[in-house]
Amino acid sequence: MYAYDEYDQTFVEERVAQFRDQVRRRLSGELSETEFKPLRLTNGLYLQLHAYMLRIAIPYGTLATRQLRRLAHIARKYDRGFGHFTTRQNLQFHWMKLEQVPDVLAELAEVQMHGLQTSGNCIRNTTADQWAGVAADEIEDPRIWCEIIRQWSTLHPEFSFLPRKFKIAVTGSPNDRAAVKVHDIGLRMHKNAQGEIGFEVMVGGGLGRTPIVAKTIRDFLPKQHLLSYLEAILRVYNQFGRRDNIYKARIKILVHELGAAKMAELVEAEWQQIKDGPLALAPETVQGIAAHFAPPTYIDSPVFTPEFDALRLENPGFRRWLKANVAAHKQPGYAIVTVSLKPEGGVPGDMTAEQMDAVADLADLYGLGEVRVTHTQNLVLPHIRRADLPALWRKLGELNLATPNIGLISDIIACPGLDYCALANARAIPVAQRITEKFNDLARAHDIGELKIKISGCINACGHHHVGHIGILGVDKNGEEFYQVTLGGSEELSASLGAIVGPALSADRIVDGVANLVDTYLALRQDGERFLDTYRRVGIAPFKERLYAPA
Amino acid sequence: MPLLKNGAVATDPWHKVVNGEALPPEGPVILPFERWRAERETLLGRNTPLGVRLANTDPVAELAPDLDRLEVIVLEFPKFTDGRAYSQARLLRERHGYKQELRATGNVLRDQLLFMQRCGFDAVEIEHADPEGAWKAGTGTFSVFYQPTGDGRSPVERRRTANLQSV
Amino acid sequence: MIKSKNLEGSQALTANRLRDGAVVFLTAAGTWSRYVNDSAIARTGDEAAALLAIGMQAAADRIVVEPYLFEVSAEGGAIRPLSTRETIRAFGPSVEEQRPLETAS
Repeated sequence: MYAYDEYDQTFVEERVAQFRDQVRRRLSGELSETEFKPLRLTNGLYLQLHAYMLRIAIPYGTLATRQLRRLAHIARKYDRGFGHFTTRQNLQFHWMKLEQVPDVLAELAEVQMHGLQTSGNCIRNTTADQWAGVAADEIEDPRIWCEIIRQWSTLHPEFSFLPRKFKIAVTGSPNDRAAVKVHDIGLRMHKNAQGEIGFEVMVGGGLGRTPIVAKTIRDFLPKQHLLSYLEAILRVYNQFGRRDNIYKARIKILVHELGAAKMAELVEAEWQQIKDGPLALAPETVQGIAAHFAPPTYIDSPVFTPEFDALRLENPGFRRWLKANVAAHKQPGYAIVTVSLKPEGGVPGDMTAEQMDAVADLADLYGLGEVRVTHTQNLVLPHIRRADLPALWRKLGELNLATPNIGLISDIIACPGLDYCALANARAIPVAQRITEKFNDLARAHDIGELKIKISGCINACGHHHVGHIGILGVDKNGEEFYQVTLGGSEELSASLGAIVGPALSADRIVDGVANLVDTYLALRQDGERFLDTYRRVGIAPFKERLYAPA
Repeated sequence: MPLLKNGAVATDPWHKVVNGEALPPEGPVILPFERWRAERETLLGRNTPLGVRLANTDPVAELAPDLDRLEVIVLEFPKFTDGRAYSQARLLRERHGYKQELRATGNVLRDQLLFMQRCGFDAVEIEHADPEGAWKAGTGTFSVFYQPTGDGRSPVERRRTANLQSV
Repeated sequence: MIKSKNLEGSQALTANRLRDGAVVFLTAAGTWSRYVNDSAIARTGDEAAALLAIGMQAAADRIVVEPYLFEVSAEGGAIRPLSTRETIRAFGPSVEEQRPLETAS
């Protein structure tokens, strides 16, 4: 993974010093809250319901074990002993104190981490597929490009006061696990007819108040032009994005209002002027970054061992875990393990400091020191020898991190919601907890199969409910928490946005409502269909009828 | 409002012509963009320094033919969160080759001075108890820069390449 | 977020402390307490405006940020927020943080 050089390290230290001074000037009154707020947001520091919340960037979801240990340390020393992983591969601490944040940032800088640009109207953390570098279906490791984008976008002097936030995602695989189609810019790596690898460039996707799927403005962009092309897009957006209404300020609105063709035309016109300038990427530059992402040294490892075979034969729990949480690695004898942060009754995406330290130890022992964060609020150990799977499974089980539910009904995405977030209208976490409790029978969960439930506590959609197979949106109806259900959303490359089923359900009816939807699917499914497939085949009517039936 | 030019407090010789005001017969004048558009020929005939003030929605390309005749261009930050003038500045400097004074006005705060300088501003109108100190501190916060702009600084990539070549 | 309301009901004033972000409530003595039960209660529009003015001054004095009024019921000696949001804010998240490690069943 990328390691800072002296420049990167100097930069992040200078940034800490800058923020320390900004906090000093805020506390002394030299800066008003109005002047200070965008500055603290640019370091990922929000004022939330209960306290300050710090959002820490985990670039393209990749963590070294010493970084994970440092996060555990910060959780213990400065927060309440836990952290929350988000849908953009970041980590949040919910109980920060402003006067301590400069020290927190200093401790993060020691391990090459920061909260830079995880908030504010600037370019945010560029996210990737959590299996980057190890997935069997990958064309190229997208993290190389995420790192190139990360550096280019860091404190970009022209693009630090955009109309609104800006999110970029990159997929290196035809099976998009990075939800590129619902990002402001989505980049899909693929090969052209000549076999060269380049990017399909999509703009104007996003969730929230007006969910929209991104439009392709360029089918194939050669790699060396990536930064100049992004600069062109951002320059067009910075100049022409709306600034009169914060709900109309994302680039998706600009693309919608101009049309994709006109947008492409404006971008191309700007790009032609700069494509051969200093942003053109030299092969040596790309090589220099790519070298950090070279595969680790794998050792020859058997695909099956007697211990593995025996355990699989005799233990249904292990079998279920293999089926749901373990995926194929491109290196024979290795596997990709997803660490489930969705135990029964748990808070989705939360992890205690003890669990963080323990997973860091496991990653060092079994996993070549690397951990990934997904955008479904789980972790990944991307390099596990299959021979080590039995031991790893047992140890994860002791930590309550081995629930065999990845991609299944209890692998729920939920934002922090009204329990933590000042923007929320309703709570999301208790709904997730109750669903996992209702569907705690793992055999049943496996029978139900792939079912992605996503819950947002407000229209800002941090829970990505628009692209849930079942999406749940918390709303406030006369001071009561109600839940609106959408169906049929998907974040895959065949992206679709969920359709609203009908009136919102009350808090005490929503979980039974979900159960009714599941029953509808089970009654109607054919030939190994997933929930989404059945829904697409039969349409919304049977689901709607059952959803509102008495429990 | 104090004027800083290249980090030093300076007297401002320019008269800012407001809408409806008759042009003074002589002396350096800054015209609002609409006025410039309307009276360009006349203005070019004047034998005095000329400047133009753009709103952050005005197209900078229109000034391109006359950039060697303009001695100051003023760009606006109506709120410091409105970053359109950063793009205008870079286009003027890097696309159109403007070499003279490029001035920021409006809601100009110390914590944005480095961005402004990097985008090509060499003058700012800033309300501050110690404007020169603010400029020095604001523009001196970082020694590492990731993006090439027209400011003459060596971005990280160039420094890395130079290091490799000198090995 | 500052809400000014013209209500017959009872209101109290809350904010976050600048330095540590803690949720605090304005008391009748003009101090800031962590406990909603210590809140000063405004029963008229004028009283509410007065509370808000104190809050705004405290923000200017850099003690708190974002002061605002919210509705409470003040019966029987216990002050309770009326909305779910303010209840969660006053009493903490409704979810249990830091679940202890349990052996997987």
